[in-house]
Amino acid sequence: MNQYETVIILTPVLSEQQMKDAVAGYRELITTNGGELVHEENWGLNKLAYPIQKKGTGFYHVFEYKANPDFIELLKLNFQRDENIMRELTLKLDKHAMDFNEKKRNGHFDRKREERQAAAAAAAAAAAQAEAPVAEEVVEPTGEEA
Amino acid sequence: MPKKYCRFKKHGIKHVDFKDKDFLMKFVNEQGKILPRRLTGTSLKYQRKVNIAIKRARHLAILPFVADGLK
Repeated sequence: MNQYETVIILTPVLSEQQMKDAVAGYRELITTNGGELVHEENWGLNKLAYPIQKKGTGFYHVFEYKANPDFIELLKLNFQRDENIMRELTLKLDKHAMDFNEKKRNGHFDRKREERQAAAAAAAAAAAQAEAPVAEEVVEPTGEEA
Repeated sequence: MPKKYCRFKKHGIKHVDFKDKDFLMKFVNEQGKILPRRLTGTSLKYQRKVNIAIKRARHLAILPFVADGLK
């Protein structure tokens, strides 16, 4: 199992819901083929630096997951068959990249960066907290044992 | 003129993220061309990583291949 990172750009012709469905489809493809999703990020509708297929914008989505190398071929084939995918990039992450992404998720770089990223990290942290409320361990003060 | 230094070595940065547009913008000129090591002071090891990251960002339309007045 290697750790991979995939960025896809979906066509802006899709509605918000269609985009979410397409992303959910790929999420399922990863998990049903023995992959394990580590992290994902939706950037929403972003402006492209140059037009692709005569479109000026696109939905960006980032998957980070653990999977077998065979699966990547299958994933790429699916991307090629999908007309909604304008661009995709899949990379195998090395240990530095994994470390970097881990730190980024935990908001290590936010002090130096703009508020935009600080806000995003805060939102992610809030979402993570809402998802998994950490059970607080209440240590009851016990009386002195004789 | 102050001595140039490699910012990756100085701050212990091991990985160049191709998704971080604002960071990569420091390594391109107004036309979107990659700046030489001569100007940025980056060491060869990290210049290679920067080059790859910029090219990946271009593929994903995060950075332009050609631009005018990028900054």
